[in-house]
Amino acid sequence: MDFSILGAAVINGLLLGGIYTLVAVGLTLIYGVLHIINFAHGSLLMLAMFGVYFLLTKWGIDPYAALPLMMIAMYAGGYLLYRGVIGRFSHGKDENILLITLGLSIIIDNAALFFFKGDSRTIAVSYSDRMIELGPANVPLPKLVSFVAAMALCALLALVIRKTDLGRAIRAVAKERQGARLVGIDVDRIFAASFGIGLACLGAAACLLMPIFYVSPASGNVFVLVAFTIVVLGGMGSFVGALLGGLIIGLTESIGGLFLGESLGQIGISLIFILILLFRPTGLFGGGR
Amino acid sequence: MKAWAPYLLALAVALAFPQVFRSNFAVNFGVLVLFAAFIGQSWNIAGGFAGQMSFGHAVFFGSGAYASTLVHLKLGLSPWLGLSAALATGAAVGALVAILSFRAGLRGSYFALITLAFAEVFRIVANSVEWTGAGLGLLIPRKPGLLNFQFAERVGFYYVILAFTAVSIAVAWWLTRSRFGARLAAIRENEDAARALGIDIFREKVKVMMLSGALCGAGGTFYAQYFLYIDPSIAYGVDKSVEMLLVSMIGGQGTVWGPLVGALLLGVVGEVTRALTDAPGLSLIIYGGLLILTIAFLPDGLTQLFRSRKPAVKP
Repeated sequence: MDFSILGAAVINGLLLGGIYTLVAVGLTLIYGVLHIINFAHGSLLMLAMFGVYFLLTKWGIDPYAALPLMMIAMYAGGYLLYRGVIGRFSHGKDENILLITLGLSIIIDNAALFFFKGDSRTIAVSYSDRMIELGPANVPLPKLVSFVAAMALCALLALVIRKTDLGRAIRAVAKERQGARLVGIDVDRIFAASFGIGLACLGAAACLLMPIFYVSPASGNVFVLVAFTIVVLGGMGSFVGALLGGLIIGLTESIGGLFLGESLGQIGISLIFILILLFRPTGLFGGGR
Repeated sequence: MKAWAPYLLALAVALAFPQVFRSNFAVNFGVLVLFAAFIGQSWNIAGGFAGQMSFGHAVFFGSGAYASTLVHLKLGLSPWLGLSAALATGAAVGALVAILSFRAGLRGSYFALITLAFAEVFRIVANSVEWTGAGLGLLIPRKPGLLNFQFAERVGFYYVILAFTAVSIAVAWWLTRSRFGARLAAIRENEDAARALGIDIFREKVKVMMLSGALCGAGGTFYAQYFLYIDPSIAYGVDKSVEMLLVSMIGGQGTVWGPLVGALLLGVVGEVTRALTDAPGLSLIIYGGLLILTIAFLPDGLTQLFRSRKPAVKP
């Protein structure tokens, strides 16, 4: 085995994992607070990626410039989605929430298929092909930017959760719903806000992914299992877990592809998911289910 | 006698249908509705009656489809022998998934997600190894004949899938009357209470997953023989898992008639949307909406509308 190829795979895997982390952080936040397993997470990411695509192709807005806009739009969308559909229709049962988010993902995936057709789309930006030399690997500039930005956003999110009033309220609701209500926290609003923040992470992830990835109506399916694997691996609700889980999954994907080939290489993620659920369902950092 | 009336009436209508509506279109519609009702019922036996909701039932469907097709193509045996291989494989995969997941104590959403991952693992393996035809899939040569499980006229397939569906409905009916069904209902309602009553939860859950998996595997055989082609994403793809779940949830999970009612409704919606537009996706948008509305307003599904009294086994 040529070590420079392995080194390149490691670097590429870590960079990819950084963006996965951003996707998974939103999912883990939603789970940690609301105990919602948001099955529509991948589909919502796909929708955001189409948003980024159309912002560039219709209005010429650069994906990186669109980042704040997408975060705000996805936050608002998530807030309304929780208030209007998920919170209202689930009657507070876990499995109902899972089924409702499954229903949402079916609707979103097929609406995308209906309106945008099944083709994969990519965008071309001036910096798409700029390569940066990073140790043994030559990596595209947008991949590096995505990684750094994803890490910065995760840090920002952790800061919001630790230091702001909203963050304190979110943590209070996650720990003790009834108690939070008693001290005057509007629990429903915090639920909706947490769902919104989770989706805002997707809005950011979409902007960072589009310059290096393609989007098609099936993209949601690609990401949903990856995101769940990361979250389960790291421990549902754990931020540090999501970070490490993301990097591990990124590495697994790129090294698995190197050793097992294109087709069989994808098996690593599903296998990790199954093994973790079977043998350590609390994940690497989770405190319990 | 009165209790039998709806069953006999439904059977009579189903038997007469292809004699009244003889067009290829009508018979094909009937086949697809009954097929959806059959695999939906196989899901419903685990997901509805026993409350073990799965997002990856395609793992049984696909394994059955591959088992019978491989027995037919590689060993040169009749697909009817393949059908028994499919039943056995479906049950074996059901036991595998159930033993691993239930040993680990997975319930509810976690069980749903792990079944999805199992289907994905099987899909990737089928896509990568040679003897399943990998990504190219398996093509079954067209040789009509009863022994070949192929019929020159579609109506032959219609009566086969009608028989399958009738058996699956009989199994579901048995679950509403038997001790086994009562134990499953107890597990669905409250596992801890069921255990306190002395029910061997693990064993019952493995049994029901084997039953459900075997039926679903038989659905795979029928699909392969009807379309004469399978590939990894048809066999193990999310689409089939979702179809089974949708027909039973919308029709009524844990009810005898739910999957058939759901399959009929979704079949009609599918045909109407196909008449309205060529673009794919519209019918599934409606199904997704119906799923959400069902959970919000009709937790027992559409069959709830036709019933004056509560079902014998309430979901």
